[in-house]
Amino acid sequence: MDYLLSIVTFLPALAALILALLLRGDDAAANRNAKWVAMFATSATFVISLFILFQFDPSNTGFQMVEEGDWLLGLQYKMGVDGISVLFVMLTTFIMPLVIAASWDVSHRVKEYMIAFLVLETLMLGVFMALDLVLFYLFFEAGLIPMFLIIGIWGGKERIYASFKFFLYTFLGSVLMLVAMVAMFSDAGTTDIEQLLVHNFASESFSILGIQIIGGLQTMLFIAFFASFAVKMPMWPVHTWLPDAHVQAPTAGSVVLAAILLKMGGYGFLRFSLPMFPVGSDVMANFVFTLSVIAIIYTSLVALVQEDMKKLIAYSSVAHMGYVTMGIFAANQQGVDGAIFQMISHGFISGALFLCVGVIYDRMHTREIDAYGGLVNRMPAYALIFMLFTMANVGLPGTSGFVGEFLTLMGIFQVNTWVAAGAATGVILSAAYALWLYRRVVMGDLIKESLKTISDMTTREKAIFAPLVVMTIWMGVYPAPILDRIGPSVAALVETYDTDVAEAGHRDPVTQVAEADH
Amino acid sequence: MTISADLNIILPEIVLAVYAMGALLAAVYTGKDKLAPMLVWITSALFVVLAFWIGTTGGGDNVAFGGMFIDDGFARFSKVTLLLAAAAVLLMSEGYMERRGLLRFEYPLLIALSVVGMMMMVSAGDLMALYMGLELQSLALYVVASLRRDSVKSTEAGLKYFVLGALSSGLLLYGASLVYGYAGTTLFSGIVQTAVVGDVSIGLLLGLVLLIAGLAFKVSAVPFHMWTPDVYEGSPTPVTAFFATAPKVAAMALFARVMHDAFGNAVGDWQQVIALISVLSMFLGAVAAIGQRDIKRLMAYSSIAHMGYALMGLAAGSVLGVQAMLIYMAIYVTMNVGTFAFILSMERDGQPVTDIEALGMYSKREPGRALAMLVLLFSLAGVPPLVGFFGKLYVLRAAYDAGLAWLAVAGVIASVIGAFYYLRIVFYMYFGEDREDALDGGKSPVLWGFLMASAVIMVVGVVNLFGIEGAAQAAATTLVN
Repeated sequence: MDYLLSIVTFLPALAALILALLLRGDDAAANRNAKWVAMFATSATFVISLFILFQFDPSNTGFQMVEEGDWLLGLQYKMGVDGISVLFVMLTTFIMPLVIAASWDVSHRVKEYMIAFLVLETLMLGVFMALDLVLFYLFFEAGLIPMFLIIGIWGGKERIYASFKFFLYTFLGSVLMLVAMVAMFSDAGTTDIEQLLVHNFASESFSILGIQIIGGLQTMLFIAFFASFAVKMPMWPVHTWLPDAHVQAPTAGSVVLAAILLKMGGYGFLRFSLPMFPVGSDVMANFVFTLSVIAIIYTSLVALVQEDMKKLIAYSSVAHMGYVTMGIFAANQQGVDGAIFQMISHGFISGALFLCVGVIYDRMHTREIDAYGGLVNRMPAYALIFMLFTMANVGLPGTSGFVGEFLTLMGIFQVNTWVAAGAATGVILSAAYALWLYRRVVMGDLIKESLKTISDMTTREKAIFAPLVVMTIWMGVYPAPILDRIGPSVAALVETYDTDVAEAGHRDPVTQVAEADH
Repeated sequence: MTISADLNIILPEIVLAVYAMGALLAAVYTGKDKLAPMLVWITSALFVVLAFWIGTTGGGDNVAFGGMFIDDGFARFSKVTLLLAAAAVLLMSEGYMERRGLLRFEYPLLIALSVVGMMMMVSAGDLMALYMGLELQSLALYVVASLRRDSVKSTEAGLKYFVLGALSSGLLLYGASLVYGYAGTTLFSGIVQTAVVGDVSIGLLLGLVLLIAGLAFKVSAVPFHMWTPDVYEGSPTPVTAFFATAPKVAAMALFARVMHDAFGNAVGDWQQVIALISVLSMFLGAVAAIGQRDIKRLMAYSSIAHMGYALMGLAAGSVLGVQAMLIYMAIYVTMNVGTFAFILSMERDGQPVTDIEALGMYSKREPGRALAMLVLLFSLAGVPPLVGFFGKLYVLRAAYDAGLAWLAVAGVIASVIGAFYYLRIVFYMYFGEDREDALDGGKSPVLWGFLMASAVIMVVGVVNLFGIEGAAQAAATTLVN
């Protein structure tokens, strides 16, 4: 299949078009049809995407299954996957059918809801496969439109504030990246990512308005891309849109946001910042480490005092993304491997946690932690699943959360022990807030009158969680298949990074000593 | 060159002018306003035919009347764009005007005359030809703005437009006279030899600045934008739609023509001025629209901001810059035709409504139209993957390549601020409160057609922009050399 990637990318959009044009009416039958079309489309996408996984050759560090075609302005339509992106593609296609299944009870404007999610899936897949700067930007930004509508139409009470904040915040971050892309186009004469990866952007220092810019153009470009990806990640201190967006979004929206959209920032760092601006990355690495450690400790502390379950998990996501940025900019095999692994694993875990909140929210229509307590008495199955994902969130060995955190910590330890020490406290703090949340919601006696009649999970809900449980434990116990797929690409990335940085001679002495020890 | 060869070159303009006068006489002596609907259709059809004619025939650079009139690729591209825009707006206006008793036979003919003026403008090769075209266009538009004689707002709009327009014409004329005085010629091809960067006399420079001021007024760029919101709000909506489209293309093309044909050797002298006008327009358009509740005023500020982006392309002073500007204008016009088709269909009990709050939960009653408008709004905001984004991408690239990176950064920041007010309309349509007094109009198939066509173009155009990229590049190459 020559056009495998395009088929996978645009299949959901095609289904959305069919829904938009052919499905008429607003009755129960039409709603049911909309759900089934969406379910079928996302499942079919997943099945077809398995072919990508099977055809993918891990030992090849270049881009595979590449499709090319001319486009406007000297741009190209170019798609492809490598070891870094292939698993994100799989994560997306894997999560989406679950998201649709989790939305089965939506009753308000079902057709539009399904269209929004299907379009969103196409755009997210496009982000991970695009091999042209502008094509990437197109998918990256366009995702804002359906997400804006999802939060704004199907969200909670404060949905309007949250949707505007979400849109404008991320839009502002991204437009600077657009200017940087124009600059790269101008400098390299191409927008082909494959060629840009081997293009050397100038790294001679210069000064603007008397301020010395170490790393020159590379640092400037790095900062522009950083503005976009840091917001998307999100990193402290530009994370404030996330708790609002998460709390107000419908459950399925939160799942997509946490599981996939947040990964675009990390993916962007790996695809652009690290390989294309190695000197800029090196110059800015300490800055990123500082922000990461602050994110890990500060947002963990903030999570401790939350009274809204979704907000708590949202803050915990910010903290976990701190490990990712830290691992990426450690720029060694363990760090980057760990960052990718952490992102994939966080996709399953945080998605599952938001689904857990959704399960009880659907029953009680509140996310206040105080409104619950003692759920284990009436919901044993729920208690079990929630516990598993709480533990995975904490990073308990045997779950996927552990592998990612451990690898990133190992990576950073070789670069900067202080950062590693700071980040390690986050492991303890995450145990504190996650277990405390679990105790307050699930454990204890069932004393609240309103909870006396609550029912345990339905078969549909259990079926949604089953794949997530399997993935979390499998990745925790036997991470090798994942690491084997990302390893060679990461090794190549780290190698070129080290060469480029060494050539530019900017690498700070501490790092060099640490690497010599290693 | 013989006179017949000259006439042959301006044949499209002659045809249109003769048609306008002939039809005027015919209508006066026969059915008067009863003929108006027919005239609207005939005029629109003539516009389309002329656009097709100009677009498919002719080639190379033709000069008529000793350099007064230039027929090159750039002029042809602009003419096709503005003719099609004028035809679209004229067709859209028929139903609206008829129901409000505004469909006088003069309306299509005044539009036709102003289009003749615009065609003269984009082909002008001489300061006098420039002024002739500009005034023909403006005079027709002053009348059209106050078409609704019994409305204070409409009369006010016409008067305001006229007085400020006269002021700007005065500035422009003064600038032209200075340029003539210091360059010794009114021909662009002569001025370009005198105005060489580093060697521009102070008088010529002053003339240039005054010319820019006059032209900036016509494209409604800050700080000469004050008339725009009032005129947009006061004029009948179809007239507003017309103001927002064809005259903007013509004025922008004229701007580029003067800057490159007459002052092409002095780019360094005008680049900063245009860049400053551009950045002010983008920010004022973005910030001032936030507080607007009236969709026509909002669109006025939106057009100011869009002119800022188009000027960004012009400020680059390169082939790429002109190409970017042409593409931007073509996209802008297409978006505005669709948006105004939507605004024209906003009515309740037969009365036009322009308050954006009236759109509360519009998406529930009219999902198709709301979706089309959503697409157009995101496109206006420059959000990918819609075509509006590519317009911005082109001008950003042109500005960056010309060493105006600061302008590019300012432009994208303004676009984020601007996104807010487009989102606000989406907010009313999709998340707003359901209203008792819902809009009930919008049954016109013509308006529906233009709205949908424009929205579909915004999505499908992503594939290859319908090939206007190459055409615009060819056009830009003929202008800049």
